[in-house]
Amino acid sequence: MTTSAAPSPAAVTDADSLISMRGIKKVFITDEVETHALTEVHLDVQQGEFVAISGPSGCGKTTLLSILGLLDATTDGEYRLAGEPVSDLSPAERARVRNRQIGFIFQAFNLIGDLTVYENVELPLTYRTGDAALDATERRRRVIDALERVGMSHRTNHYPAQLSGGQQQRVAVARAVAGEPAILLADEPTGNLDSQNGEAVMQLLQELHKGGATICMVTHDPRYAEYADRSVHLFDGRVVEDTTHDEKRRAARAGTTVQA
Amino acid sequence: MRSELDQDTRALGTAATPAPLLSLRNIEKGIRTTGGVTYVLRRITLDVAPGEFMTIMGPSGAGKSTLLAILGMLDADFTGEYHLRGHPVHALNHVQRRALAREHIGFVFQQYHLLDELTVAENLHVPLDYRGIGKSERAARVADVLDRFNMVGKKDLYPRQLSGGQQQLVGIARAVIGEPSLILADEPTGNLHSAQAREIMELFARLNAAGTTIIQVTHSEENARFGHRTINLKDGWMEP
Repeated sequence: MTTSAAPSPAAVTDADSLISMRGIKKVFITDEVETHALTEVHLDVQQGEFVAISGPSGCGKTTLLSILGLLDATTDGEYRLAGEPVSDLSPAERARVRNRQIGFIFQAFNLIGDLTVYENVELPLTYRTGDAALDATERRRRVIDALERVGMSHRTNHYPAQLSGGQQQRVAVARAVAGEPAILLADEPTGNLDSQNGEAVMQLLQELHKGGATICMVTHDPRYAEYADRSVHLFDGRVVEDTTHDEKRRAARAGTTVQA
Repeated sequence: MRSELDQDTRALGTAATPAPLLSLRNIEKGIRTTGGVTYVLRRITLDVAPGEFMTIMGPSGAGKSTLLAILGMLDADFTGEYHLRGHPVHALNHVQRRALAREHIGFVFQQYHLLDELTVAENLHVPLDYRGIGKSERAARVADVLDRFNMVGKKDLYPRQLSGGQQQLVGIARAVIGEPSLILADEPTGNLHSAQAREIMELFARLNAAGTTIIQVTHSEENARFGHRTINLKDGWMEP
């Protein structure tokens, strides 16, 4: 297997990286017990990349996604998002940056059951304030556009319960892209879907990626990691492996029979 | 308008029984397949009085969640008659149904349905934003419900910083913030361990004692004991 070592802290920070993490630590303290969820993570993600983050449960991948998504603060280390240092922001500032820069896709879809498809997609847009506030016309344009991109524009007045799991996840993807975020973060997006719907959602993410979207996806399923063009493996709160798709392909060709 | 409708429904019953909050007559739902029609619900006839705490039980696939979705007006693809406070739900268009549901119904879901990227307080704002309630009134109601649910200290936290039980507490707070007369709960403790589940059920019992009608779907006999009566569904039929 072709594996590149995780970059050392001394590695040159790429000023053009969409995401640049240096020495990220996250320690949880409960009942005087310290849990080191992330011991030292260095990670750069370039504009337009599709990165799969994998690792055994407890390796820190969900914590990493929470920090990437500005849902949680770091204990130590430097995180820059689109050039802006975000590790020391107040919770309110983090919320502002998050709402504009990040689109989330969750395992359980997290659609609200008593809001229609249209309202679910519109919801995060209504939380933009100040100079980022969107008027009703612009919100409508973005909602319709996002639903068209995921093939759900014919279901705007439906409720989540009237949709299949795969359709619900497509609506959740529309909600994530409607904000036109700099990056999409997906946490086990296929975890609640059968394999056919799982494949369909992965193909949708791949299409968005080809259209220019930057995507970081947490998955424990190697089949779905294959859709990404780079695979980051976490173990015990560190990046232990960082492989590009081409390297994986070469390794696969060298090691196994290619299936038709 | 409403009192007229209420009188109409009262005239149908005997003088002693109060007008039902909701009544179902011969509700059926079928799904067309290549082999014909597969029925999910068959001839459901049911009255629920204001202030009741009713439980719907039955094996998986019996139609429980479908019935709850119809009661909540999230699913309008059925035949038969459904009246809520005298309003003929079966005859309303989707805009009217939505308005009626938002006026009267609050939902609690097994998976909480909180938005992970919004704080507790922001999650509580959501239903009010979709009910055309003014800004200062919204803020007052959120502050009030945070207080009633002992969550003031958690208002700026995100759902994933809370335990499952706390998340469901937020889920229930979000359901009651619209001041509904009816709460529909679909397996509200399905993701919780037993101590958390009991707390959630005790909260439902208190809300019910304060006048809110509750209909829950559950697999748990223990949860069902918090209600006044239980109906059992099997293969879409209501068991006598």
